[in-house]
Amino acid sequence: MDPCPPPDPNQRGIGLSVRGLCKSYDGHPVLEDINFEVRPGELFVIMGPSGSGKTVLLKHLIGLEQPDAGQICVGGVPVGSPEMLDRHRVAMVFQSGALLNSLTVGENVGLYLSEHRLKPPEEIRRIVAEKLALVGLKDVEDKMPSELSGGMRKRAALARALVMDPQLILYDEPTSELDPLIAVTIGEEILRLNRRMGVTSVVVTHERELAFGIAHRMAILFQGRLLALGTPEEVRASPHPEVQRFLQAGFHFDSPSEANQGAPHHEKHP
Amino acid sequence: MFQDAGEVLMLLWRTFRALPCAWRQRRKVFEQLFEVGNASLLMACVLSLFIGGVLALQTGPVLAERGLSNFIGQVVGLSLCRELAPVMMAILVAGRVGSAWAAEIGSMTVYQEVDALRTMNIDPVRYLVLPRMIAIVVGLPVLVLFSVLVGWVGGAFIAYLNYQVGISFHAYFSSLRNGVDAWDVLHGMAKGAGFAVIIGIICCAQGLSTIGGPRGIGRTVTKAVVNSIAFILLLDYFFTRFLMLLD
Repeated sequence: MDPCPPPDPNQRGIGLSVRGLCKSYDGHPVLEDINFEVRPGELFVIMGPSGSGKTVLLKHLIGLEQPDAGQICVGGVPVGSPEMLDRHRVAMVFQSGALLNSLTVGENVGLYLSEHRLKPPEEIRRIVAEKLALVGLKDVEDKMPSELSGGMRKRAALARALVMDPQLILYDEPTSELDPLIAVTIGEEILRLNRRMGVTSVVVTHERELAFGIAHRMAILFQGRLLALGTPEEVRASPHPEVQRFLQAGFHFDSPSEANQGAPHHEKHP
Repeated sequence: MFQDAGEVLMLLWRTFRALPCAWRQRRKVFEQLFEVGNASLLMACVLSLFIGGVLALQTGPVLAERGLSNFIGQVVGLSLCRELAPVMMAILVAGRVGSAWAAEIGSMTVYQEVDALRTMNIDPVRYLVLPRMIAIVVGLPVLVLFSVLVGWVGGAFIAYLNYQVGISFHAYFSSLRNGVDAWDVLHGMAKGAGFAVIIGIICCAQGLSTIGGPRGIGRTVTKAVVNSIAFILLLDYFFTRFLMLLD
């Protein structure tokens, strides 16, 4: 079988495949024999506890890390080959936003267009305003990234990814460190972009509510290995004990009345 | 160490290959040129004035004792333009500009801004390194020329004011004109350009290979400045030998 099948010309989104991916740092394995496929237009979620290798895996998918073994193909082109980013538009939304601090928000969002000279400056300004409005940001073009809140920075980073008109978007922990209201907005935005534009999306997260709410298919990564892969229902039904432990983990505090019984009594002084 | 040297040379080669894109980066080149030149000007002026002065102060009395006061302009002029101005300006720029570049690129690397550039298919060498390299290679030789002129004036003042030397401005500059020609000044500027390549490439390479958080950035800055100064002093000898061969 061809490890890098060509993309479907009728689909806007592009697929990706990972075969036998292994990576270790200083002899310590971080990813071990990872195999999965993301279909064009699919919203695929990679879940797992902190330190399980999710972000490292995501970095491999866009060529920011080189695998020790295995092959990754995006839209039929091996990742790491010079033509991958020339032939396909792949965007990544970083956990921290990774906006360039020396540029304004508007310059950040339009950076792809201005650096590759794809549009004239007036057109870039119009597209930047349009994409910022799409993620719910207005009148922030002239602000510096340091003047934005964490949620606004993430949304600006999302706008920067959208400017590329991507065929594949990779999201690294898109809702971490955000309050629930903003997190819901971002989650809805990811879903809306996938449905409306048909963009293939890979989301890395450890938030179960978001993952099960948006995923077409998902994978659970634990200590560098894929323990479960399939639709949300199939993953929920996985018999693997670590998967069940991760999915069912929650706060189990004593009820307030029981807690009060154990609390020290304070004498009341007249 | 060999790996570091290899990485620096690779970066230099990639920067050289990115040269055809230089015109597109002109806005960033001008911004960096301002940092290298204009923002360093006052410091360069004060330093050069005092270097010229101290050179006249050290050599003047010795020459005067032997009745060679008229040679002081020649000695100060030659030392400044062939050796002191390029080395001192290179050290000043390494400390002032090189450290800032290493910290800025290092922080961009640590906080994934460089990765973000790569995901947008923007080459960090073309975007970050090339404008800085052009700016320093243009800016440092001009700074050397400025330093030479100011240093000569500093030397002239001390030669005139110091009672052990006490020669006129006219005598000082006549001696300078007799002993120093345009080639000597060009010699210093060429050295400045060589040092500029060393400072720029070492500081950018250190910045791009930064790992860790704020402590990593601190280490990067220290290594960038120390390595730059060490290589300036080390390669100064070889540059001098090479330029003397051209003489």
